Amino acid sequence: MNEMTKEKRGEALQGMGCSRRRVEDARFIQGKGNYVDDLSLPGMLHGDFTRSPHAHARIIKIDTTKAKAIPGVLAVLTAADLKPLNLHYMPTLAGDVQAVLAEDKVLYQNQEVAFVVATDRYAAADGAEAVEVEYEALPVVIDPFKAMAPNAPVLREDLKGKTEGGRGPRKHHNHIFNWQAGDAAATDAAFKKAEVTIKEMIVYPRCHPCPLETCQCVASFDKIKGELTVWGTFQAPHVIRTVASLISKIPEHKIHVIAPDIGGGFGNKVGAYSGYICAIVASIVTGVPVKWVEDRIENLSTTAFARDFHMQMEIAATKDGKVTGLRCYTVADHGAFDACANATKWPAGLFSIISGSYDFPVAHVSVDGVYTNKAPGGVAYRCSFRVTEAAYCIERAMDILAQKLKMDPADLRAKNLIRREQFPYKSAFGWEYDSGDYQTALKKAMDTVGYRKLREEQKKKQEAFKRGETRELMGIGLAFFTEIVGAGPSRACDILGIAMFDSAEIRIHPTGSAICRLGTKSQGQGHETTYAQIVATELGLPADNITVEEGNTDTAPYGLGTYGSRSTPVSGAATAMACRKIKAKAQMIAAHDLEVHDDDLEWDVDRFRVKGNPERFKTMTELAWAAYHQVPPGMEPGLEAVNYYDPPNFTFPFGAYICVLDIDVDTGVSKVRRFYALDDCGTRINPMIIEGQIHGGLTEAFAIAMGQEIHYDEQGNCTTASLLDYFLPTAVETPKWETDWTTTPSPHHPIGAKGVGESPNVGGVPCFSNAVNDAFAFLGSTHIAMPHDHWRTWMAADKLGLHG
Amino acid sequence: MAKTQVSMKVNGKNVEGLVEPRTLLIHFLREDLKITGPHIGCDTSHCGACTVDLNGKSVKSCTLFAVQAMGAEVMTIEGVANADGTLHALQEGFREMHGLQCGFCTPGMITRAYRLLKENPKPTEEEIRYGISGNLCRCTGYQNIVKAIQYAAAKLAGVPFQEAAE
Repeated sequence: MNEMTKEKRGEALQGMGCSRRRVEDARFIQGKGNYVDDLSLPGMLHGDFTRSPHAHARIIKIDTTKAKAIPGVLAVLTAADLKPLNLHYMPTLAGDVQAVLAEDKVLYQNQEVAFVVATDRYAAADGAEAVEVEYEALPVVIDPFKAMAPNAPVLREDLKGKTEGGRGPRKHHNHIFNWQAGDAAATDAAFKKAEVTIKEMIVYPRCHPCPLETCQCVASFDKIKGELTVWGTFQAPHVIRTVASLISKIPEHKIHVIAPDIGGGFGNKVGAYSGYICAIVASIVTGVPVKWVEDRIENLSTTAFARDFHMQMEIAATKDGKVTGLRCYTVADHGAFDACANATKWPAGLFSIISGSYDFPVAHVSVDGVYTNKAPGGVAYRCSFRVTEAAYCIERAMDILAQKLKMDPADLRAKNLIRREQFPYKSAFGWEYDSGDYQTALKKAMDTVGYRKLREEQKKKQEAFKRGETRELMGIGLAFFTEIVGAGPSRACDILGIAMFDSAEIRIHPTGSAICRLGTKSQGQGHETTYAQIVATELGLPADNITVEEGNTDTAPYGLGTYGSRSTPVSGAATAMACRKIKAKAQMIAAHDLEVHDDDLEWDVDRFRVKGNPERFKTMTELAWAAYHQVPPGMEPGLEAVNYYDPPNFTFPFGAYICVLDIDVDTGVSKVRRFYALDDCGTRINPMIIEGQIHGGLTEAFAIAMGQEIHYDEQGNCTTASLLDYFLPTAVETPKWETDWTTTPSPHHPIGAKGVGESPNVGGVPCFSNAVNDAFAFLGSTHIAMPHDHWRTWMAADKLGLHG
Repeated sequence: MAKTQVSMKVNGKNVEGLVEPRTLLIHFLREDLKITGPHIGCDTSHCGACTVDLNGKSVKSCTLFAVQAMGAEVMTIEGVANADGTLHALQEGFREMHGLQCGFCTPGMITRAYRLLKENPKPTEEEIRYGISGNLCRCTGYQNIVKAIQYAAAKLAGVPFQEAAE
């Protein structure tokens, strides 16, 4: 081992900073993944839902006779069966309750009404079709603003007379909460004094994370042991276990929750759904395992929408473009039940990151959550709680302000970006941004794409367009986003009272290999690969010798799961901290073996060596063996550690994105010419995986900005509940991505990492939208709403009179 | 419902079973034969996660009845590897080029790419993008999938892989 240089020894570990190929790929490329629907247990039954065709209706009668007569159908559950068990409603993550099966009323289309259990999925579907439900249709409320009208129909009769909701006072029968942040009085004063103001209604449409694998589970109740095992598509398996225990009263140690391989999550798989509860009840009733698998229509129309934020945004500024205040009043459409996935104290999530990357002296936001006849949800679709809504709003608004001031959007941003020397920076909303070097990132992005030249080209094209020489418009979109990720800290964040820390447990085996278990859960992020790289660098053991395990609540330490880009910021930190405990013990063993004082040793890649005498050393592999065979007198044998990491602060990744596109005004077709994304996620663990995450997030951003919408008609019919109508881009439409980076480590994170998975969604959406808007801006257009599909873009051109 | 006898060749092996006439090929493969590589992502033949090779053509097995595959030769991801058990160039390419993340679309994507390279061993980037446009991926943004297929095409042709100029 001595003959290897320090560098070679380092490389052999495949630790942090290298593009290690992924461990998990071996099974996926050979069709040997282990997803929920691959699971088949002896005697397993299948469940399927009868769903409401109405968006708002009273249930007059449910007749299950015909369904029960279908061959293969064994049971049909309705609210009447769940009510005696007190399971017809379940608690949501947002302090509300949600109907598991509708009792008196249905409140959105495709709401669950009956659960049919049968010997196979075809018989279950036949049974679900045969359940007869008599409805009396009620007036439907789709528009969140109309929901708050004095005479609007009462949607939630179960909350009648309740003036206090799970998140504070309610001022109307369809009102859920009001939440405010910042300084209203100081902000109003700034607006009164302002030389220039802008005001725009910016709507972030309802969309859906739509992972390729839908939500699904298998529940198996063992009557003899009184134990429940649930395999499911869970981004947060421990939370599911705790919630299942609280709801079912089965002791938590008798519940085993297992999240096997997950086919994408993007926030869709954070919450608990009726299907899980019904499968569990059905297994308890029948005594055999019950599988529930959502189909795509059910997925898009019932489990976990995202966004649906209606933001009235205002910015105050001086004539020369210095921002002096920000005010935003938002109506948040939460659908029929408040099932938003937010930390308890934050009913509108971390929306107060809305001051973005800019130095606003004062700011104020107010958010009202309202009920409508739409599906519940409100998850963070590849972003931290409501961060993408905030980033979209501020980045769109900065462009609108630039337009009003006749300034270049890049110059306006540069003028107002938080300066390097201001970090750690306290925002007007009280967030403490950990670190950043925004000017460097913006300059690098602008230089790389040749921003000024692009503007010159655009100007020429605009003149040519005015002369009638071309029918094409060129748009340049810019976004400079700041994210807030990595929840906790626990003093600020909890879910249902459980503090948002996370965990790692590492056990070193005698031969120097190891297992690392975590409270997070990969859904494609490559945790099995990257966590091992952290351990490799921290402990000097080859990454290939480290197994990473997640998703089994019996073996993994308690954790809050994977969403909000929190895995690396929180569990990654826990991993490093657990490693450091192990390393401290190993150092004592090394000192004993080498007969020197602890302080006389220094760390060298994969070993402790005696200071000034590098020929005397003990490798970590040797120390692992020693830990099980010859520990110093009085020391416990073994080499393992667990760490529960409660982060001192959030992390604040940022980035500068630039999009160039061309729009044919006669067809509305836009073509992305170039998309450049510079991300700063602090310390980079695996550049290959980071780049892959950014590619994926940008593609989702492209989908959201250019076409995705969960749309309802006036009757409350969800008109976009299949992949025919809901836009998922193929390889043909998807642009090519150029990625770049700067590195500004987080000062409070043990390895300086900030998290990256969601940045491209957060920064990408405003960048695309700004590009489309920028193309039309010179014609006097200030704001064209998303999604920018060809039809809407054509309509925007038409409205501007471009079609003669 | 009355059941019908079906027989076909799957990944080189003769198989048979009793299915309802309405049983979809994907369910016959996954539930009767326990061949769980191909996945179900949309039920409406948009996403391509269920793609298998049937008599030398890529098909979406969620839109085909098992009885329609009577007597057919079917190949799934489980049959893509080389005869000696080593990884096919495509499987290697997907790993080397980071052409997958959650892995759910991967079996269908590789099975489709397998047929694409049989039909067109030297595809351009544009031809690859069109060739896999029946297969959706939510994680990768396709860029590395394209590279993975280019890697495999080069390897199968015995020429060094050069990343296409961006």
